[in-house]
Amino acid sequence: VSELAIAQQTLELTTSAAPRAEVEVAVDRSRLALTRFANSVIHQNVADDTTSVRIRMHLDGRTASGSSTLTGEAGLAALATRTVDAVRVAPFDPGWPGVAPRAVPGPVAAVDPATADATAEARASLVRSFVDAAGGLEAAGYCRTSHWTGAFVNSLGQELTGESAEASMDGIARQAGVDGVARLASSRLADIDGGVLGARAAAKVQAGADPVELPPGHYEVVLEPAAVADLLQNLAVWCFSGKALNERRSFAELDAAQFDARVTLVDDPLIAGDGYDTEGTPHQRLVLVDEGTTVAVCHDRRTATEAGTTSTGNATGAASWGAFPLHLQLLAAPGGDGAAAVTEVDGPVADMGVAALVASVTRGVLVTDFWYTRVLDPKTLAITGLTRNGVWLIEDGEVTQPLRNFRFTQSYSQALEAGAVLGVGSAAVHLPDSWVSARWTAPALHLASWNFTGGASG
Amino acid sequence: MSEFDAATAGVQAALDAGARYADARVMHRRYEAMAARNGAVEDLVQREDAGIGVRALVGSGWGFFAVPDLSDAAVRQAGHQAAEIAAASARVAGAPTELVAGQPSTGSWASECEIDPLGVALSEKGDLMVRTTGTIRENGADLAEGLYQIWDTSKWLVSSEGHRVDQHIRESGAGISATAIGDGETQRRTYPAARGQYGTRGWELVDELDLDAHAVRIAEEARGLLSAPPCPAGETTLILGAEQLALQIHESVGHAIELDRILGWEAAFAGTSWLDLAQLGALQFGSALMNITIDPTIPGALGSFGFDDEGTPAAPRDAVREGRWVGVLAGRDSAAVAGLDYGGSVRADGWARLPMVRMTNVGLEPGPHTFDEIVAATDDGIFMDTNRSWSIDDRRLNFQFGCEVGYEVKNGKLGRMFRNPTYTGIGPQFWRSMDMLSSEIVPWGTPNCGKGQPGQVGHTGHPAAPARFRNVRVGVTA
Repeated sequence: VSELAIAQQTLELTTSAAPRAEVEVAVDRSRLALTRFANSVIHQNVADDTTSVRIRMHLDGRTASGSSTLTGEAGLAALATRTVDAVRVAPFDPGWPGVAPRAVPGPVAAVDPATADATAEARASLVRSFVDAAGGLEAAGYCRTSHWTGAFVNSLGQELTGESAEASMDGIARQAGVDGVARLASSRLADIDGGVLGARAAAKVQAGADPVELPPGHYEVVLEPAAVADLLQNLAVWCFSGKALNERRSFAELDAAQFDARVTLVDDPLIAGDGYDTEGTPHQRLVLVDEGTTVAVCHDRRTATEAGTTSTGNATGAASWGAFPLHLQLLAAPGGDGAAAVTEVDGPVADMGVAALVASVTRGVLVTDFWYTRVLDPKTLAITGLTRNGVWLIEDGEVTQPLRNFRFTQSYSQALEAGAVLGVGSAAVHLPDSWVSARWTAPALHLASWNFTGGASG
Repeated sequence: MSEFDAATAGVQAALDAGARYADARVMHRRYEAMAARNGAVEDLVQREDAGIGVRALVGSGWGFFAVPDLSDAAVRQAGHQAAEIAAASARVAGAPTELVAGQPSTGSWASECEIDPLGVALSEKGDLMVRTTGTIRENGADLAEGLYQIWDTSKWLVSSEGHRVDQHIRESGAGISATAIGDGETQRRTYPAARGQYGTRGWELVDELDLDAHAVRIAEEARGLLSAPPCPAGETTLILGAEQLALQIHESVGHAIELDRILGWEAAFAGTSWLDLAQLGALQFGSALMNITIDPTIPGALGSFGFDDEGTPAAPRDAVREGRWVGVLAGRDSAAVAGLDYGGSVRADGWARLPMVRMTNVGLEPGPHTFDEIVAATDDGIFMDTNRSWSIDDRRLNFQFGCEVGYEVKNGKLGRMFRNPTYTGIGPQFWRSMDMLSSEIVPWGTPNCGKGQPGQVGHTGHPAAPARFRNVRVGVTA
């Protein structure tokens, strides 16, 4: 049974029981497979094939949602009955924005069958390449493939289907307490070369032996794409959420020059193959920051109604968080969409784009990755966290000395304000999601100052 | 086909496909949550999911496959695919994985529940959320939020060694928050904790919280924090409230004693641990007041169960005794690698995920003091309460926490309020500096512990009480 047929059947069951209700139904089939390795051995190798159905309905001023993985006739009938029963007794919902009107999604990236149907053997083969390229260093990480097919229908006649696939690899090499990382995501498994990633991670380890402690303080930094992805993630959740802006918790201020002119941020879920959001609103390419000026935030239908605007197609299904960017990109220098290809280089630097930024630093710190960043205050975007997977001192344009990890406490908004961004890398890298189910594309960044507040080892 | 029959068929299919060990978990879970904001319901969600996950051991690695379908054909296919996936791991294989021996468990277990949380009328639960957030808003908060969550989980486990266990676990909890927004900053107060309070209990837990009684107070405190002086910077004596200490335990002790981290199995993501197995039984983790147990048998605590997801019966175990590190959180496979003879701490967050080492209830035994005695014995220090931010390194050594509120402590009395209190330190140094511990233990529940790839959300419990620590660095700012 297709996802669309399940969605139509569920809509019929629900509207039959509550003819005056506004109803939306989403059906998602997710085939996720992840091959995980540690101590240079595959130790966890998992897959699941899960179809779920979600109903959201509004009746007589009240709203309720229900979902189930029971997609047989009895399961769908029970879901419809349960949700209709719930909506009749739910508290009033004065903010209900109505279901999405009919609209046609834009073109999305085509699905690569080899990625969608990748086998456990194919993933294990990439892991083999990563481990071999690590050259005897301890290796750990994962290779993941995912394939999504979905359908959406609502009581206004909106009817959509979608399909996407993605592959990613994220791994470290380790030796004597020194770690190096390499990670990449793509819509094609064939784009991921385990050998290249393993060698890059190993190069960081080899250049990281005998790190020294640097005193806390403000340092000029070059952040590699993996670290920049953390900036994007925190900006996405805390800054570009329409809900946060409505509630005055966000740092964002529309039409204000809040960032350095080198910063242009774009959300583009279409590149990743996703055509519509959880409310059935088509995704779009949305410029959030245009050469330093904040020009938009992300809305679902509810937050858009509150703000007097329209949904940007960024509903996530998590009402408490609201809408946020689903594929946030920091555009590579010189500000256009066309980023240069990633070119490998020797040593600890991730690629040629990073190396070019390092060359312009008189004295600063090269950061591979950030870890466990948490917001102290969303309004100031003050964040604490740690460096991870490789840190080096830069002197006169050269990487000269591996450093021990730092703890930092830094306002991300200040780090990106006018005059604070000294350079943006030429190559943007598509990076896999971690906790937040969103994607990031990031080049390296050269920033004037980063507040390291202590050594991680005490 | 019964749930046990489905699990048995999945196990058999995995064995037939070449697995030398297999187990299968059938799970059926209902989840309900309601979020309210500023006196109106924001979201009402009711989820139901059911399925089977089969775990197969071939050579050195696990294979796992899950489907939301309990038909005979589907569960047999799941077993077959689990073994097939495990076999593919041979391309990057290590030494054969072994499991510590144990008597196969059979039996049933259910958590205590006085008031079925899914049986309480939605209107009653909704009225509570609407009423309390309305009160918060009317009393000075710019943003008032409330949330309750309920999980009702039934699960059936069968293994190729003869385990046959079923459990019914009901979990409930709730919390409210007040946010005041000032000029370029926000301040927040929550009750009863930043994440609410949760347990393996029924709706009686939410009733006991008495959210209504605290709505006005947190609104006023959030507003008051906007004009409070900032937390001073420097080194001082620090008194932590019980809820913050629960998270301190979670992050700096609970994760550090996870055996999979210690063995490097989580190195690429969640991280490793500063603890070295060679020091088990000898390392002085904290002061003599520090007694931490791993105890999934605490009635009503969020990390309680009758059997873990490998079928090991729940039993208490020491993790730290009089400051000395003596125990770990382990599964049957990790214990075998480490040469230990116990598992018992393996769980999955649903049928679609591989079970892994997880905290159960990891917490402090009562100390000899009271909170009032601790304050009275402190000439100069800061009391911090209720977690606001948390960050710790990948070895679980260097931490920095922010709390919602701080209070000056002078000459044995609580004084003025401080805003944006933070403290930072190194785990063992911090725990060794604990010189006073209250007897007023509360089993705080953490319903959002993330770990694993694909990510899993764990439910853990942390008995904790107010405690005092010496020479702690406070007041770190951006």
